[in-house]
Amino acid sequence: MSGIFCSLRQLSVTYGRGVAAALDGIDLDIVAGERLAIIGESGSGKSTLARALAGLLPEGARVGGEMLWPGLGHAPRPGRDFGVVFQDPGSSLNPVLTIGEQVAEGARRHLGLSWKQAYVRAEELLGRVRIPQPEKTMRAFPHQLSGGQRQRVAIAAAIAARPALLIADEATSALDVVVQAEIVRLLDGLVREDGMTLLFITHDIALASGFVDRIAVFRNARLVEAGPVRSVLSAPKSDYTAALIASHRDLATPPLIAEVQP
Amino acid sequence: MNWLRRLLRTPEGAAGLAILLILLLAGLLAPVVSPGDPLRIAGRALLAPFTDPAFPLGTDRLGRDVLAGLLYGARTSLAVGLAAAFSAMVLGLCVGMVAGFAGGFIDEALMRVVDAFQIVPAFLLALAFVSTIGVSTPIIVLAIALGTWADPARLTRAQVLAIREQDYVASARVIGMHPAEIAFREILPNALPPVLALSATIVAGAVLTEAALSFLGLGNPNIATWGSMIAEGRSVLRSASYLSIIPGAALAVTVLGVHLFSEGLGKALGDNDVGAA
Amino acid sequence: MNDVLLSVENLSKGFSSGARQVAALDNVSLTIAPGETLGLVGASGSGKSTLSRILLRLLSADAGSIRFEGVDWLALNGASLRRRRARMQIVFQDPLAVFNPLASVGAVLVDPLRIHGVVAKDRRRDEIVMLLERVGLPADYAGRPVRALSGGQRQRVAIARAIATRPSLLVLDEAVSALDVTVRGRILELLVDLQKEQGIACLFISHDLAVVRAVSHRIAVMDGGRIVETGPAAALVAAPQSDAARALVAAVPRLVTDPC
Repeated sequence: MSGIFCSLRQLSVTYGRGVAAALDGIDLDIVAGERLAIIGESGSGKSTLARALAGLLPEGARVGGEMLWPGLGHAPRPGRDFGVVFQDPGSSLNPVLTIGEQVAEGARRHLGLSWKQAYVRAEELLGRVRIPQPEKTMRAFPHQLSGGQRQRVAIAAAIAARPALLIADEATSALDVVVQAEIVRLLDGLVREDGMTLLFITHDIALASGFVDRIAVFRNARLVEAGPVRSVLSAPKSDYTAALIASHRDLATPPLIAEVQP
Repeated sequence: MNWLRRLLRTPEGAAGLAILLILLLAGLLAPVVSPGDPLRIAGRALLAPFTDPAFPLGTDRLGRDVLAGLLYGARTSLAVGLAAAFSAMVLGLCVGMVAGFAGGFIDEALMRVVDAFQIVPAFLLALAFVSTIGVSTPIIVLAIALGTWADPARLTRAQVLAIREQDYVASARVIGMHPAEIAFREILPNALPPVLALSATIVAGAVLTEAALSFLGLGNPNIATWGSMIAEGRSVLRSASYLSIIPGAALAVTVLGVHLFSEGLGKALGDNDVGAA
Repeated sequence: MNDVLLSVENLSKGFSSGARQVAALDNVSLTIAPGETLGLVGASGSGKSTLSRILLRLLSADAGSIRFEGVDWLALNGASLRRRRARMQIVFQDPLAVFNPLASVGAVLVDPLRIHGVVAKDRRRDEIVMLLERVGLPADYAGRPVRALSGGQRQRVAIARAIATRPSLLVLDEAVSALDVTVRGRILELLVDLQKEQGIACLFISHDLAVVRAVSHRIAVMDGGRIVETGPAAALVAAPQSDAARALVAAVPRLVTDPC
């Protein structure tokens, strides 16, 4: 049964005094259980959107419009109703706590489990995110893991309390292409299995197009276009979306350099 | 003078700067407001403040003008405070830079020297120095500097070590810049801000140390200082408490002003990183 | 006639972390001809950045040799190294961190001109204007602080600084990875133009095979500190032989436009 999970009505966010808006009059619905990609370049407002949804806007940010949560019926509780995976796995994990502690925390706090039960759940989660040797990793520290593994841990921590919404804010942008593809596959699988709604924020339209249901394109704090991914990509309504599609470069794109060395 | 504007926008910075400027004016205008030697006997002894218009703040046990002592004392406090802090900073910066760049044995050796100076409490070091060598003003400045140069040295070294790893230092090496030029043009200007913020605290400490030394009778006896005025007021504390309170209040306001200024400066310089998102 | 600009032979570098010895580079060998672009691809940790840092003499090698413009590159030190650095320059990944936070665009560009005496002192102004125009920036940017520029503009300034000394080899270490997609293409075009015009050889390092393919004549694939495959760009991409190359080819995101 797919209702609307979250509804943004004329949402606006401004940082500081007399500075241009970071988000300007956004009208967007997030359908329950869907995978929605937010595509934008720097300055588009996509990160501000993530922070506004997660309640992580800095002090002094002015918010206009409204965020309605019909899917929840109440204001969202961080950790319980939504989880966030950030861009930099190096700084989103606490360097002085073990992996086990960080993943178990969410389960313990929001599901009311004891530490022992929470640790058991944490180890299961590490297995689900395909960390090799989960029991060993429970006792390890973030600096002992690679970037890709840290991001997997961050995902496990974000879904520990079984949230209904997972926000991935440029979660793959700091990783190399090979690991990026793995993480995207992982996110796709997890979200399908648990019936979570996924908000996938990225600058890479091709990466998102491979697995999401709908995309919303942002530019300079405005929502340019939104719709099912196939329709937007095959028939973009805005020039900007067309430009984004055109600048995508893959192995089939003709090279810029002359083939034969003169 | 961008940072000056930012400094004035913070309440701490504005208040601190105002206090320090008043102090500076007091010291500069001392010979104008109270001409003559402040240590001379000017009138009747133990005159209460606000009773005689010729002596607005009264006189002490020997009949010396309290206002004159206050204004000339401001000179001493500021001069010694600033000179000592400046010497400590320069010494700390040099040692910190050398240690941060040289690394290896030189770094280790210098840091052990810094350790030695940090272990001895700054005031006791100054005390020992002055009581052994003598009580002239340059010696007092040197004594205070010796007690306080270790912190800026450590901070500078830490800054240098961090900045050395930055990509812009690597870029400077790649374009063929000479190491000395890299040190002075790329690293030093970027290492300075936190060390400068520390300097304000050092000034405050220096002012207090100088006052304490002269309170104990180890200051220069030929000039007016707040510390000696407080000491002199001890014997008549019950009957003429104003003799100690007035210079004591001046000292407290000076230290407060320096701290407020340093807070404001820290905020003004710290804002450098915000806004370049 | 020696038509090899750069020749790296059996370069090795190890790091010890705790008790373990990690080989960041394991007997790496490659060559670059004058005016050629060699693409170097590999996943994170494959050793690409270590190689570029050793090449730029920011890191020391444990073993191996490098010959650059006929000279034993690793044997140079002090003033003679600084002089010859003009011939090999680099553009790093992070366009903000590579500039002194206090610097203006003009100051950044005048440094290499001054250090290597590229032009006479009174001609430096004009040279800076010419460099800015060459990378597609207006001449009046010379007075601006670098921090005020966008990421793409900063990277252009970085490229201008790198070509100021008229190098024969330009190393690009993930130079477009931190840029917006729409900006990326323009920077890549700029690099290709510069090469055609000035005959600069390039070592283009990236983890993104699609970007490397766009600008390279030949591609070398790194994995675990070793070069596992080399070949002409088109051929390598069409028929990758090594596992690492196949994984890189498979990982390039493709726009999925047709309805499924």
